[in-house]
Amino acid sequence: MDLFEYQARDLFEKYGVPVLAAAIATTSEQAHDAAAKIGGKVVVKAQVKVGGRGKAGGVKVAADADEAKEKAGAILGMDIKGHTVRTVMIAQAAPIESEYYLAILLDRSNRTFLVMASVSGGMDIEEVAHTAPEKLAKIPVDANIGITPAKAKEIITAAAFPADVAPQVEEVLLTLWKVFQSEDATLVEINPLVKTVDGKIIALDGKVTLDDNAGFRHPDHEALIDHAETNALEAAAKEKDLNYVKLDGQVGIIGNGAGLVMSTLDVVAYAGEKFGGVRPANFLDIGGGASAQVMADGLSIILGDTDVKSVFVNVFGGITACDAVANGIVQALELLGPKATKPIVVRLDGNNVIEGRAILKAAAHPLIEQVDTMDGAANRAAELAAK
Amino acid sequence: MSIFINEKSVVIVQGMTGAEGTKHTKRMLASGTKIVGGVTPGKGGQSVDIDGHTLPVFNTVAEAMSATGANTSVVFVPPKFAKAAVIDAIDAAMPLVVVITEGIPVHDSASFYAHAESKGTTRIIGPNCPGLISPGKSNVGIIPADITKSGPIGLVSKSGTLTYQMMYELRDIGFSTAVGIGGDPVIGTTHIDCLRAFQDDPDTKAIVMIGEIGGDAEERAAAFISEYVTKPVVGYVAGFTAPEGKTMGHAGAIVSGSSGTAQGKKDALEAAGVKVGKTPSESAQLMRAILGR
Repeated sequence: MDLFEYQARDLFEKYGVPVLAAAIATTSEQAHDAAAKIGGKVVVKAQVKVGGRGKAGGVKVAADADEAKEKAGAILGMDIKGHTVRTVMIAQAAPIESEYYLAILLDRSNRTFLVMASVSGGMDIEEVAHTAPEKLAKIPVDANIGITPAKAKEIITAAAFPADVAPQVEEVLLTLWKVFQSEDATLVEINPLVKTVDGKIIALDGKVTLDDNAGFRHPDHEALIDHAETNALEAAAKEKDLNYVKLDGQVGIIGNGAGLVMSTLDVVAYAGEKFGGVRPANFLDIGGGASAQVMADGLSIILGDTDVKSVFVNVFGGITACDAVANGIVQALELLGPKATKPIVVRLDGNNVIEGRAILKAAAHPLIEQVDTMDGAANRAAELAAK
Repeated sequence: MSIFINEKSVVIVQGMTGAEGTKHTKRMLASGTKIVGGVTPGKGGQSVDIDGHTLPVFNTVAEAMSATGANTSVVFVPPKFAKAAVIDAIDAAMPLVVVITEGIPVHDSASFYAHAESKGTTRIIGPNCPGLISPGKSNVGIIPADITKSGPIGLVSKSGTLTYQMMYELRDIGFSTAVGIGGDPVIGTTHIDCLRAFQDDPDTKAIVMIGEIGGDAEERAAAFISEYVTKPVVGYVAGFTAPEGKTMGHAGAIVSGSSGTAQGKKDALEAAGVKVGKTPSESAQLMRAILGR
């Protein structure tokens, strides 16, 4: 889960990473009051989980509370790369002398953690990494040792932080590691980390990604979920514990196993090229079990998507037997009754496939059509969606 | 021959007394795997009867190893306790630890992987994987044993069901070993480890490599193939239609910005001379053409 900037800021503050005074607002009146409380010059910042908001006009400086109100009014409701701005953060303005970059992240390639640091902060770090890699220090961090004072000094030397800020940067590094580890983050980034004209080091903007798998030891992370951005179908699926991602096509997809479902989406998209660009409508992995109830829950989510014109159920019976899956589909259609209206192409293969196919044949449900191969079934589902 | 597991694999099940552990212990026994016991902290001294086998339960992996001579452990312990279980196995210098558990926090996986690396005596496969099978010899994990038989193809895959699908497509030819390495961001055994082992295994004649979006494991594997692998490799990559920034089922299956895309992986593999199919069936056909079957 990616956090909003203000959530990252609050997390930093909780652990003691230096940040500026700030508050959030969802109306221009709230923005006015927040700015008045902070006092003086403030920055009004759109809260969206996408880069490039500054260029899009989502960050504005305001001299006082009245101007903050006006700027917030302009920014709230704005669309930034498909994200609607519902919240702004009003932050104290700071006179900046230098901008740096600091991040701790999971390094998948090397299966360890990595600190990235640069004294060329404030810009797109991917660009720095690309055009001037020598300006970006990359230091691996052992998962079982973490950032010690010695490691922090190593990072500071590698990135060539000026001596006058070194003690403060060291403190930030040690604290940032605590945030990273204690919160089960996979990314904590400060960009920019600034030195103010009076020599203070402050985290001006932050990005945090938390590990969803670690939710069981962080009940408080639940409150950080942004429900407004979540698609209604995705929310409904989540309530049923289904692994569902809404996409923009017309063929509803149900399958078992993440890899097979991803592959099913691709195969449908290839087949769809022949039918005017028909595309998959969603990702839905019903997992190993595939009981009647899970199948019914899955089908009802997919049939609730008005974009869906046909459904493709693609199951390989590994641990699950195809006869159990077939019974699940038949019972699901009984449970759904008249709510099931779209044609359903089913491809079963693997464990007990003969029994499974026989069950569907015997059920003779008018919506169900069986095709024996994955490619053939994808083709048929795409054809039906194009009709 | 085969890689990582064979008829000499002697297996213990960590978490055998749990529902998943018991269910899959039964299946592994039925497929002929030599299972000699289980580990559940606090239940040492008990035993479990499964289909006529009486399996002793131990408190620690070290105890289980000294009592049974086990050289392989398979982990079905829930995410909350998985790190402790894997660390226990590493500390006992268990040579092979196969972690089936899905949903382990990545800080825990990174921690036990770093621990295993520093000890240097344990190979971890997984987590979040279906395990591996050397058909007719040993089956460690949850891969159905009856899909196919022993044969000349080696298979390595991030995905469980795509592994089953590919084994099924090529079931008349058979496999030396099929390894599901798992779909998490941090995994113990990579495509490269498996490619090296298959290249060095005289009974593997050709290799199928299945990848998916996320990370750069496939790109790195492609570079490795160029420099080390002389056996024919057929590839498949899933996730061309996955949108940027969305996790597709597996915790590691996510396109971030322009990195981790299926197209990038396919291009890298093709540049290394790997034939990459558009669909699993097409990849299976490419393998048939290579083997003349």
